[in-house]
Amino acid sequence: MNTDLPPEPTRDTELWRGPGWVRRAGLVTMPAQTWNSIRLVPLVRDEPIEGLRLDRRVYDEPSIVDVGDRTHYLSYIPHAFVARWEGDGDGTTASYGTRLLARDDKGIAPAGLPIRVRRRMARRLAGDRLRFLPLHLAVEGYLALHFGGPQIAWDEWSRRALASGLSPREESAYLGASVAGLADALRLFEIHPGQCGVLVYVADALASAFVVPHPDDYRALHPTLVEDLFGELVYQYGRLWLPVPDLAEPIDATAVGSLPDLRAEAERRIRGWADFHDELMAEEVFDRPGRSELVQRMRDVRLYRFLPSFTPGRPNHIGEEIIVGAGDGQRLAYLKTFRLSETQIRRGHLLTRLAAHDWRLADTAAALGVGEAALALRLQRAGFGYLLRQDVLDHYRASARRRRPSRR
Amino acid sequence: MTETIADLVACEDVLTFVNAAITGTGQREFHHDAAEQRFSLGFLHEYMRENYRELYAATLALDVNDHNAALIVRGLLATARDAGEAQRRLEGRLIARRLETLPPQRVYRLFRALRRDGVNNRRTRAIIRDWLLARPDLAFDAVKYRSALKDAVRHAHLDTRALVPDAPQHVQDEIGRLFYSATGPPFITPIFETWRQAHYAQEAVYKLPFTVAEGFAAAHGIPRKRFLERAEKNMTRLERLRLQGHAGQKKTTIDIDLATVPLTRLATYVLSLPLDERSRRRAELTGALRAAARRAAGPDAGRWGRVAAVLDDSFSTVGSAEKRRRPLAVALGGHFLLEALAGEYRPFWTSGRADALLLYPFGPTPLGTRVLDALDTSPDRLVIISDGFDNAPPGLAAEVLRVWRTRLDPGRRVSITHLNPVYDATDFDVRRLAPTVPTAGVRDAEDLLTLVELARFAEGRVGLPELRVHLDSRVARFLTPPEPRRPGNAAEPPNTTTAASEEAGETENAGGEQIAKTEAQ
Repeated sequence: MNTDLPPEPTRDTELWRGPGWVRRAGLVTMPAQTWNSIRLVPLVRDEPIEGLRLDRRVYDEPSIVDVGDRTHYLSYIPHAFVARWEGDGDGTTASYGTRLLARDDKGIAPAGLPIRVRRRMARRLAGDRLRFLPLHLAVEGYLALHFGGPQIAWDEWSRRALASGLSPREESAYLGASVAGLADALRLFEIHPGQCGVLVYVADALASAFVVPHPDDYRALHPTLVEDLFGELVYQYGRLWLPVPDLAEPIDATAVGSLPDLRAEAERRIRGWADFHDELMAEEVFDRPGRSELVQRMRDVRLYRFLPSFTPGRPNHIGEEIIVGAGDGQRLAYLKTFRLSETQIRRGHLLTRLAAHDWRLADTAAALGVGEAALALRLQRAGFGYLLRQDVLDHYRASARRRRPSRR
Repeated sequence: MTETIADLVACEDVLTFVNAAITGTGQREFHHDAAEQRFSLGFLHEYMRENYRELYAATLALDVNDHNAALIVRGLLATARDAGEAQRRLEGRLIARRLETLPPQRVYRLFRALRRDGVNNRRTRAIIRDWLLARPDLAFDAVKYRSALKDAVRHAHLDTRALVPDAPQHVQDEIGRLFYSATGPPFITPIFETWRQAHYAQEAVYKLPFTVAEGFAAAHGIPRKRFLERAEKNMTRLERLRLQGHAGQKKTTIDIDLATVPLTRLATYVLSLPLDERSRRRAELTGALRAAARRAAGPDAGRWGRVAAVLDDSFSTVGSAEKRRRPLAVALGGHFLLEALAGEYRPFWTSGRADALLLYPFGPTPLGTRVLDALDTSPDRLVIISDGFDNAPPGLAAEVLRVWRTRLDPGRRVSITHLNPVYDATDFDVRRLAPTVPTAGVRDAEDLLTLVELARFAEGRVGLPELRVHLDSRVARFLTPPEPRRPGNAAEPPNTTTAASEEAGETENAGGEQIAKTEAQ
């Protein structure tokens, strides 16, 4: 495969330094490729991060992919990656939680979740093909949000809430394959040389950001995007079937007097798109008031999971990232995000507010500027009715009913 | 005034249809699946037939591909009552002439389609009869295309004896019996008898035409490797080419003389080889491609002056499972043809690679940047071969070409042509880059010469009267009795009998269809 690779792309990297996490991560935004309502924005690295690579065992055919000298780098396995680990018998295993690994020696398999191979899945996994389970470390992080329930046993909370917290906590999401048009868009996507990431927009709403350290990793993982998780909003936007327009501005013909002018204008147009995208479209991924939690650390490689501030009405992304290096040399090596749907944001919002006020209903209601009864009913509508004692909830319901006729 | 607008629309419609009929094959493409393609093509055919029947029939004389030629014939015969007397006569001549140039398996398939449609008017029956009468060796057809011939004979109520008037008595007697049973007394006609024996004896299988033998081999359970080795002598040229890769997997070799293969097919074959083999056989393959290009260029070789080409080798040129690497093969063929035509030639592949022999579909399509690179060399002609999905960045090529035409080159000093090998089902046309640049559909790189001529109509500077004159002259040339057939066929190996120029698959297999289509143009 290496006989006639195209020449290295030449880019004046200094020109691309600018605001936004995309450029801080050493990534360059390339022109988007669109298919109906899906817009895929490729991210290209000037130099791949050599110190961290996708675990050698998750490659389909290790022989054709140059994974470099195995002794010198750490490797990672994305969460829920299904593979047949060596020394693991015949069982197929999904890695549980994104993991950093020091060496990829035989025999050391990451903590895994054995998968009972049903017939259908077995067929899809034929020939040791790999795939993602539709699961996500970040989603786990979101699900585990204040999972313990109330820390102080205020009167209002039910016995169940105090005893077992929010358990069982569940959220629903859609498989990438069921987002209309996404499978086609990914199939038709032309991967750039040096591409290390992609931003998926559905009807121009950022659905997911995905970054890996090395182009070979990206090639290996690109087909798994269709097995990814997407929120309800993304699913609904997919159904809209609105072809998204090209966002670059036309070339001003009056400014062109010669062929070099035309080339300059064309380059300006490309850079204009990248600036526009990085500043306006991609910036919402990281919500700085949100929380970030260190999950694992190995030498100078750190794995974080982050949660947004849960502001209703704004895009909120949960995700996980791997940062390589220290100090000024910090670089984003791996990123995967999930866009929460509006109801999920509201749930997160309620839980964080409650936790911020020590699970005191009255204080929280006052902070939100609503009555206690209204907050209780909001909790119920958000699916947390079981946290409140039945008689307390009934009382609030009755008071809400009483108030309604009087308003008429 | 209204008439000129109607003329303009007619002119546009005809060109749209011609582009579609040259490129569209109803097969899956990279962006659209087979159902979309067929649906879209079906609409175009019906639209043309209802609105511009004369022009629709006249397109049979153009280089429309075999799939669409068959569709046109089928449509014209099914709606014969809509045409006047003179028009019907002209259509009959056009159809008969076109059927002569179609590969026989396609014609048989067309007859079967007419049978399914219930089209059985007197003219249809006469056309079937005349075509069968003109077959050089109907006894061979009766074995190779047995069930299709049987259907045609039944549908047109033909007397099998009358179809082979000049054949020996025993052929006349036995051809009817062949259709109904393999049992019974031995045949006298050798090929019929071989066919009968092949039901029982493996040895007889190898004397049959390759496709028929394949079926018997499967029935007898002959291992593929042994079968390929022994059946090699019965293969047609295209069967040889098609089975090269297959033979490689089975560790056998099938001889092929690359010097006789047409340019685009050769390019498809080269692209199907692994990169290592291509670089090992570099001299041989490059030589064959150059020779094929020189043959296609003919007397125009070296006369085009300074030529620059922007050629698409992005990932989308991988085509589909049915048309594997077709767009890339057309670009590669175009590359060698332009090299032969040009005095001074500069190619620009979209991926930036320079070694044409080691191409594979890769990366995005930065057409705009490459067009700028090409214009930098100040060529006399710029030819763009691409599927028109310009995505890095999208629409830059259109912008560059627009500004180039309006600001930098309003006098059209540089002639720019876009050739598109892919039919875009949603647009009912090949995808265009810019309104100021003519776009023409291209099926085989060899047609590049005539297409660049035809593309001038698409620029909108030549109107319907000129187009009609052009079509009439093409029709007149098409209908004059053919000269000895094109030079490619003269070089047939003698042992391949009548099926020499045919593609193997009379069977309805979609994979072989693509190869068949390119052959008879």
